[in-house]
Amino acid sequence: MRYDKILLEHGAGGLLMSELIAGMFLPRFDNVYLERLEDSAVFQLGGMRLCFSTDSYVVDPLFFPGGDIGSLAVHGTVNDIAVCGGTPLFLSAGFILEEGFDTDDLEKIVDSMARAAAGAGVKIVTGDTKVVARGAADRIFINVSGIGVIHYGGTISPRSIEPGDAVIVSGTIGDHGAAILSARQEFGLRSSILSDSAPLNLLVESILKVSPAIHCMRDVTRGGLGAVLCEIASQSQCCVVIEEKDIPVHDGVRGICEILGLDPLFLASEGKIVVFCPPGDAKRVVDAMRSHDLGRDTTIIGNVCEKGQGRLVMNTSIGGSREVDLPTGELVPRIC
Amino acid sequence: MKFIDEYRDPLLAGKLLERIARLALSAGRQMTIMEVCGTHTVTIGRFGIRNLLPENIRLISGPGCPVCVTSIHDVDSALFLAGIPGVIFATFGDMLRVPGSQGVTLQRVKARGADIRVIPSAVDCIELAGENRTKEVVLMGIGFETTSPTVASVVRDCKERGIKNFSVFSVHKVIPPALKVLVDDPALNIDGFLCPGHVSTIIGAEPYTFVAEAGSSAVITGFEPVDILEGIFMILGQIREHKKTVAIQYRRGVNPEGNLRAKELLNDVFKPGATSWRGLGMIPDSGLYFREAYRNFDARLRFDIPPLESVEVTGCRCGDVLRGIISPRECPLFKSVCTPLNPLGPCMVSTEGTCSAYYRYH
Repeated sequence: MRYDKILLEHGAGGLLMSELIAGMFLPRFDNVYLERLEDSAVFQLGGMRLCFSTDSYVVDPLFFPGGDIGSLAVHGTVNDIAVCGGTPLFLSAGFILEEGFDTDDLEKIVDSMARAAAGAGVKIVTGDTKVVARGAADRIFINVSGIGVIHYGGTISPRSIEPGDAVIVSGTIGDHGAAILSARQEFGLRSSILSDSAPLNLLVESILKVSPAIHCMRDVTRGGLGAVLCEIASQSQCCVVIEEKDIPVHDGVRGICEILGLDPLFLASEGKIVVFCPPGDAKRVVDAMRSHDLGRDTTIIGNVCEKGQGRLVMNTSIGGSREVDLPTGELVPRIC
Repeated sequence: MKFIDEYRDPLLAGKLLERIARLALSAGRQMTIMEVCGTHTVTIGRFGIRNLLPENIRLISGPGCPVCVTSIHDVDSALFLAGIPGVIFATFGDMLRVPGSQGVTLQRVKARGADIRVIPSAVDCIELAGENRTKEVVLMGIGFETTSPTVASVVRDCKERGIKNFSVFSVHKVIPPALKVLVDDPALNIDGFLCPGHVSTIIGAEPYTFVAEAGSSAVITGFEPVDILEGIFMILGQIREHKKTVAIQYRRGVNPEGNLRAKELLNDVFKPGATSWRGLGMIPDSGLYFREAYRNFDARLRFDIPPLESVEVTGCRCGDVLRGIISPRECPLFKSVCTPLNPLGPCMVSTEGTCSAYYRYH
């Protein structure tokens, strides 16, 4: 390792994190499921295709406009399963609680998890609780793992992407990141932006119903749309071209980005997906997504050009063009 | 979004580009324009402006990124201060990854246990000092005339409130003396400068008079793409008319006389003195040091910073990049050894650094 100590940036979803995964975890855990580095591991078991995913949640503040750490934890793991084409079934919940944490707050969080699970049609079937001394953790950390079954016949993966594919996003980007930032007192901002944290499994089901040829889907998370598209471009070895003017961004989110000097392209979402599908299916997919509550603002934002070099290119709003790279540096810590 | 979309209007940008193309064609020679501020460089990259300009207009980036021009000796001193037990070192996020002589950064010192806080504004230091009365809060005072008035105001506030456990390690700099060095450099033949909009909000237009007197255009320019294009258009207009002046494109932000209150505040707390700029060397009257009345807030006096043997990274050409002598691509370390993940020089570290902007927006 190049670093003798872990830096906050190692967890920021950028280049340093990719390096940690590739240098530390991959070679040691070494197996064909993990090495695909997708949102869930996909495997065959007893004649069924299953997917399995895990995620930990350390968001600060615990309660934010549009959600809380509990609903976020359920939605995040449900979405990681959904975008692999899986129907999420069972979740686990692991709690790390700090001594002195308010039980009223815990109750609110657990109630919220129960509601989120019911809303997504999943059950939390196993769990674990640990309490650590004051100062050894910050109030509450939650890990949620989940298992789902895949009925879809195709292979949803960046490796399935073909030149010509349409790139579709299910709505405005950056809402979660902006909601968290405005909820943090240190910035002294006030806004009406709500986190978009939501379960995407039903939206995904309606997409898979109308197109039997979805090539790739990803939920947009910590690194924002930009990071997801960079990763997909690199894993698919295709050039992905997007149009800045077509990317939906809420005015309030743009405002916060302008004030803080952030790029909405790299601001977190927790209830949006990007879909890659053949151009002939694009209209059907967009219509199906728009008819769903969580996909009202679905837009085609670009397409896939030639195969060969995995890169993301953006045509800018004033007619220029530039390449987009994975962010380096810790944009905003503890966003999810 | 109001007040943003107007300045990113593709039609307006297109018209300006047409006019720029016409003026560039009629000029019939290679022209060099320096964008002085790092925020200009970022906008130029982020909106892909460089590729939209005629071939005979060369945009070069200037020294207007505070992190980039901080000397390695000052970085080493900051690392020393941050490592003193009992010190809470408050800094803006951009400084965290700047490597000192040994390649050590504030980020690494923090991971090893130093109490380093990233603050969005210098004003947060007042609360930090109040909440931690048994500790010493040291602010990394970095930035040009845009940032230094806030720091001056915090210092004055702390003096009035009698806050004693707060000091500033000032590496603040002012822009005009650095521009003077560039204007006087015979190796650079700059036709016009896009002067920094935000700095000029404070200092006004008068301090750039020497640029026009030396035969270059100085157009105080805003940070949106249409601002930059209009700034370039205005410089080309001055070239055609053979009349070099100080002009203000960023009229919605800049008064010719600047912000008198901020200037008074700066002058009350700080006095100018010589300081070393990375790439440009020692420049008289370009640094801000505490006046006698505020000496208690000077971290250089409060702490005993030992003489440090600072060494620049071998082969790093940040200095030449900062003077516009070379483009980042001409540095042998660029992208091969020096990347945003492993930055060797400060121009690759700061989000406003020229090398970082070239790396991210190519």
